[in-house]
Amino acid sequence: MTLFGLHELPVGCTGEVVAVRATGPTRRRLLDLGLVPGTRVKAVRKSAAGDPVAFRIRGALVALRREEGSTVLVRPISMPGGDR
Amino acid sequence: MTRDGTELPRPVVALAGNPNTGKSTLFNALTGLKQHTGNWPGKTVACARGWYRYNGQTVTLVDLPGTYSLLSDSPEERITRDFLCFGRPDATVVVVDATCLERNLNLIFQIMEVNTRVVACLNLMDEARRRGIRIDVPALARELGVPVVPAAARRGEGLTLLKETLHRVIEGRIHPAPRPVSYDPELEAAVAELAADLAVLSREGLNPRWVALCLIAGDESIIPKIRTFCNGKETQGDTHVRNRVTP
Amino acid sequence: MSEIGLPLDLHFVLSRARKCGERLGGDVHDRIAAAVYKRAEMLAARVVQTPSERAGEWDARLDDIFTSRALGYPIMLLLLGMVFWLTLAGANVPSELLAAVFLDVEGRLTAFCAAHAVPPVVHGILVEGVYRTVTWVVAVMLPPMAIFFPLFTLLEDLGYLPRVAFNLDRFFKAAGAHGKQALTMGMGLGCNAAGVVACRIIESPRERLVATLTNVFTPCNGRFPTLLLLASLLTGGSGPAAAAVVAGVVLLGVAATWTVSFVLTRSCLRGLPSSFALELPPYRPPQWGRVIVRAACDRTLVVLRRAVTVAAPAGAAVWLVANTHWGGVSLLGHLAGVLDPLGRAIGLDGFIVAAFLLGLPANEIVFPILLMGYLATGSMVEIGLGDLRTLLLSRGWNGLTALNMMVFSVLHFPCATTLLTILKETGSCRWTVLAAAIPTLVATSVCFATTQVARALNP
Ligand SMILES: Nc1nc2c(ncn2[C@@H]2O[C@H](COP(=O)(O)OP(=O)(O)OP(=O)(O)O)[C@@H](O)[C@H]2O)c(=O)[nH]1
Ligand SMILES: [Mg+2]
Repeated sequence: MTLFGLHELPVGCTGEVVAVRATGPTRRRLLDLGLVPGTRVKAVRKSAAGDPVAFRIRGALVALRREEGSTVLVRPISMPGGDR
Repeated sequence: MTRDGTELPRPVVALAGNPNTGKSTLFNALTGLKQHTGNWPGKTVACARGWYRYNGQTVTLVDLPGTYSLLSDSPEERITRDFLCFGRPDATVVVVDATCLERNLNLIFQIMEVNTRVVACLNLMDEARRRGIRIDVPALARELGVPVVPAAARRGEGLTLLKETLHRVIEGRIHPAPRPVSYDPELEAAVAELAADLAVLSREGLNPRWVALCLIAGDESIIPKIRTFCNGKETQGDTHVRNRVTP
Repeated sequence: MSEIGLPLDLHFVLSRARKCGERLGGDVHDRIAAAVYKRAEMLAARVVQTPSERAGEWDARLDDIFTSRALGYPIMLLLLGMVFWLTLAGANVPSELLAAVFLDVEGRLTAFCAAHAVPPVVHGILVEGVYRTVTWVVAVMLPPMAIFFPLFTLLEDLGYLPRVAFNLDRFFKAAGAHGKQALTMGMGLGCNAAGVVACRIIESPRERLVATLTNVFTPCNGRFPTLLLLASLLTGGSGPAAAAVVAGVVLLGVAATWTVSFVLTRSCLRGLPSSFALELPPYRPPQWGRVIVRAACDRTLVVLRRAVTVAAPAGAAVWLVANTHWGGVSLLGHLAGVLDPLGRAIGLDGFIVAAFLLGLPANEIVFPILLMGYLATGSMVEIGLGDLRTLLLSRGWNGLTALNMMVFSVLHFPCATTLLTILKETGSCRWTVLAAAIPTLVATSVCFATTQVARALNP
């Protein structure tokens, strides 16, 4: 099974969180936002500069930098679809 | 100064919740004040207080900065954590975004660990309705064990019910019985053990289970606060309040 | 219970807690979050019904435009320019009207004083000092601010601000700073002290400090109208050209923010970039009427309060400084004389630099101080907005002077209130001193550079 970093998830795709690799406060923040294993996350859009990417996490739209995104390992589960 | 609920005229009601859920809007609607609101998370970064009268009772309301968790680290979130954990509000309203309930539940569950007199205010109901989201309010209240009041603060919907509910909670006519999350057995055992020790140490107003959880989770920033509770300073604060409130 | 025994026991409990945490493998947060969200998911599944199709498509559509690769930045610039232009164009007439009324009243006050043999000092302090400063602040500051802030608040209520932060984060990251700094800059437009307090939303202390130290490069309520005025003087009107000049100067402030952040994060505030997680709330249609009225009233109150609490006393004090003579020259004149070489080197003059220094309590009073300095030592006694150009030209001003004053205004040291707020928020004198020193250095060197270049090109 191939795992991706969240930052590699193409816009429009959904993935399921397998593990969070971040440490310290970053890890805590990601957990607070609901990124626990099993959570479905959808990449919704890139910013104008391409870097932070906005993800749909438990109904909220949250922008993460690729540094944070790369610490979250996901298993892709679906290809492009509506923004939910 | 506003950090400590013990210095405010009682009853004190705290408004907490995730960022951008409409706490300040609700605060304004209830108190008639003009706290700044804005459609972005982090607009409020300091406590604001105001009051409203309901049924012959003057209630002090404290608008807190939004927070995702009581275990987080930014200064504005620490203000909220300190107020909820050590300010001893008589009741806490957790303002919840009805369009995004699942994510907001994280904070409710945490706050229910700290305070028992919790009322959930399901705000932004107008937006939820517009998006076709339907929420079974009685079922939610049952599951959480606390009163749930649907509202749309911007239009003034649900304010009376909220005030009435708070009134009853403050008067002790409703006893919220929060049903917080139970963690895995290992963690629960450790928390229970430590909480028992803390219960011996600390005075009224400090929730041993919550403090135990924080300490085990390695959140050391609350230690100075706990220390003041164990030093007996808190009793002074207590008499101070009693002196001021009872004429 | 003994006072001494308790903390010792607490110590014991703390070490027990630490051991518990270790025994559990140090991932206590994970366990908590996992348990909470498992319960939350189950609960939400039971009580929430979400329609399968996504309503609120306009949300996504707006984001497609505002965050698009091609249009994101142009739209940002366009909105910025448009807001400035609307402010300039809209404030022009009311400002002149107010100024005319105030001038008329001043004439009457002066006549009254003359008729009732009021001592010149009293007349000077009250009319030339307090009255002129207060009415200047009201006439020049009030109309633009009562237009700018409602516009800004509309964008804020719509939910545009987080999108700006979203789009700009890449650049802030490159400077070693945090994208939320864009939000704190937005708050700085209202007041730098508020902007500094808003820095609390940045979790990492290092990036918070960067945002705190650079907030002053965002022109606040007290400086903004001066920029507008100078831009109108410079371009000879309040059209799009003036708006473009203002936008340019504001962007210069942004560039300074970026550069100083870059340098700070590579010198005294070195460190790894911390985490960035910014929630983008749904767009919400603003409540037009209420927002406009509320913001306009709010700002009116702010400006009026500042006029009374700061401008009035400062006006009296500065009048005394400008009219107390010693050796044939006023004290202000002496100060200006000392500062003149420095002023000339950076394309200003001694009076302008003195005005900035004496304007430390509040940026609103910089221009009134300057005028008082010029008037007290010149032949003209009273002045409407229309005569301003003549007065400044008679003092040797040219386009470069106006431009430099705008640049200096945007880049110079924060006002006293902001400095106090920085002291309170950082709890450190060292950072507060730096917060004043860095902008001073930046403002001086930028003005120096433009002046030298301009003089080299135009000998
Ligand atoms: N449609 C709708 N919008 C609301 C309602 N309540 C608040 N809002 C809007 O939600 C946004 C956020 O409101 P605030 O009151 O600033 O939120 P807050 O919880 O105080 O936010 P922070 O201070 O950042 O934590 C504003 O744009 C409000 O106008 C509501 O009941 N319905
Ligand atoms: Mg708020």
